[in-house]
Amino acid sequence: MKCDIILSGVGGQGVLSVSAIIASSAMQEGLAVKQSEVHGMSQRGGAVLANLRISDKPIASDLIPRGTAALILSMEPVESLRYLEYLAADGTVITATNPVTNIDDYPPIESILDQVRRLPHAIMIDAEKLARQAGSARATNMVMVGAAAHLLPVPFATIEHFVRTLFAPKGERVVDINVKALHAGRSAAAAS
Amino acid sequence: MSEMVLLGDEAVALGAVHAGLTAAYAYPGTPSTEILEYLVRHQQQHGGPRAQWCANEKTAYEAALGVSFAGRRTMVAMKHVGLNVAADPFMNSALLAINGGLVVAVADDPGMHSSQNEQDTRYFADFARVICFEPASHQEAYEMTREAFDVSERFTIPVVVRLVTRLAHSRGIVTVRDARPENPRHKTADKMTWILLPANARRQWRSLLDRQPDIRRYTAASPYNTVTANDSRGLGVITTGLARNYFFENLEDLPTPPAHLHVGAYPFPADAIRTFVGGLTRVLVLEEGYPFVERALRGIVPPAVAILGRESGEVPEDGELNPDLVRAALGLPVRAGVSLEGLHLPGRPPQLCAGCPHGDSFQSILSVLASFTDAIVTSDIGCYTLGALPPYNAIETCVCMGASVGMAKGASDAGFHPVVAVIGDSTFLHSGVTPLLDAVASDTPMTLLILDNKTVAMTGGQPTIRRSSDLEGVVRGLGVAPDHLHVLEAHPRRMAENTEILRREVNHRGLSVIIAVRECIETVKRGKQEKTAASA
Ligand code: SF4
Repeated sequence: MKCDIILSGVGGQGVLSVSAIIASSAMQEGLAVKQSEVHGMSQRGGAVLANLRISDKPIASDLIPRGTAALILSMEPVESLRYLEYLAADGTVITATNPVTNIDDYPPIESILDQVRRLPHAIMIDAEKLARQAGSARATNMVMVGAAAHLLPVPFATIEHFVRTLFAPKGERVVDINVKALHAGRSAAAAS
Repeated sequence: MSEMVLLGDEAVALGAVHAGLTAAYAYPGTPSTEILEYLVRHQQQHGGPRAQWCANEKTAYEAALGVSFAGRRTMVAMKHVGLNVAADPFMNSALLAINGGLVVAVADDPGMHSSQNEQDTRYFADFARVICFEPASHQEAYEMTREAFDVSERFTIPVVVRLVTRLAHSRGIVTVRDARPENPRHKTADKMTWILLPANARRQWRSLLDRQPDIRRYTAASPYNTVTANDSRGLGVITTGLARNYFFENLEDLPTPPAHLHVGAYPFPADAIRTFVGGLTRVLVLEEGYPFVERALRGIVPPAVAILGRESGEVPEDGELNPDLVRAALGLPVRAGVSLEGLHLPGRPPQLCAGCPHGDSFQSILSVLASFTDAIVTSDIGCYTLGALPPYNAIETCVCMGASVGMAKGASDAGFHPVVAVIGDSTFLHSGVTPLLDAVASDTPMTLLILDNKTVAMTGGQPTIRRSSDLEGVVRGLGVAPDHLHVLEAHPRRMAENTEILRREVNHRGLSVIIAVRECIETVKRGKQEKTAASA
């Protein structure tokens, strides 16, 4: 088993924290994990890319080869299309539909979502709305983890357990919101 | 033995702690920053070893030398271009009889993710005639760092551990071993080995050269340099560091695995390489960075063997390696990904955060300089380098730490007016102070604008070496005329008056310095979060 994931988004969106949650859950399952991150200049509002590789065998490269990723998980719709060359022919794109329009030439959002719809396997999630419904827009990333859960080689319960542990120091309310967001993401992906 | 998940940088840091580190020093620089960040946290939690940010890489290196002189183990960490700043102590320290183990952890940035060049630190290690380790995995980063301390003491030389971005900023699992205790204090016995007067220096240089055969024997026998003699059908592959991973990634798709030699410890094993290429017709060299081994190979391999690599074009001459480039170099078909016909995406370059104080300063500069045709704006390394991009397009240079100040002086000497230099507080303290002394000495007509955001922002908000409130005193102490030294609040509500002051000083035919103060939005945010967390 191997599962290569491209995580994308805009600097400041918390791409690295999404990657960390999935990676830690996989490690708890005893799987091998390699996670390559971006630090430094591109974190300032630029396009951000992380490579997350999970396998039951040792992993050689920190970077995912072209045409082999099972999943592109994106926090932003334009960014979900930027790294398609890494996606395997039968791979899936899961993206939040909420645009980050910090550039002048940002295309009309519908045209971008239309492009996503053209992909053979695409799931679009209104992550911000679901996060708000769960109790806080800050749980957007947790919605996206939930939306990807069915493609991850990790039981949902393990992810949920990890999210609970992660947010436990911030109090019960924060744990509740994030677990709710996680579930909301999962249901939304199942329904799409 | 226990397992930990660590960044490559952190694996080096922990390796140092477990090797009996007494003190570590650094200046932040991507991708090396997390080495000292880890050690700072470690010190907070465990009370030691000492981990300290320094004014720059040179001062950090010199502090480390003091620790070594006193007999204890020490590490200095920096990015590749940081070693240029520390080159003076580095090159000279190779001639010293290093006492307590001295490890120089340098993170290169091939592909220039966050740097001005992609220079290869292996050349520096070779230049200094010292040992260099190049880890290919997190475990190796940990093990090699530990070993680096031992061999530093054994051969009495500084030892380099060379990382690259992809290892520095990748997370992996490390199995750690028991820690070794710190060295006791024991001052260097023979001080003549540390006083590099010409007579001593000649002796020390001779001694370093005399140690080279032993050093080469050591790396030749190192388990980090390996040979796998497969039935090669004429092709052999030499990998160094991380390139091995990209080679392994493609191995199962090759019909026959090529003979393989890996280099993880330098000086590379020349004899082993000579034997290795003996029966081959072609050898492909895969290395992250410059064609260091490839070039050296041309001198030691018979001309009948074709050497393929970055110089011959099988691998691109510049940029970072990846599994796909290695795949192509191995002659395997590159896999296509998914593509959407007619898809056009806008680029998304990095930019200043919304509300960043630098934005206000750039606006002032633009409005003041709008009326001049001959203005020059030099700048420097930091978040504010993004002032080069729209919407500001406000700066014209970015070369190396502190260069904005000296370049402004030169541009002014060359007859331009007005000349404005823009530099951050931390970059100023790193390398802007000495060129400002030059400008003071000749009262150069130029305006230095110090953007004081109270932190080292680009690398994630490390503390600056002096508090913001001390900065004015530092500048005044250098001899800048008090009438032409201003401290402003870089805030939109003060835009009009700030612009006026800048206009006045730009028109002044002498040296002026303006310190524009407002904290980085990111550290303000983090401070608030930490406060809420603390009160929760
Ligand atoms: S991190 Fe701070 S200094 Fe850098 S762009 Fe953002 S607000 Fe400005």
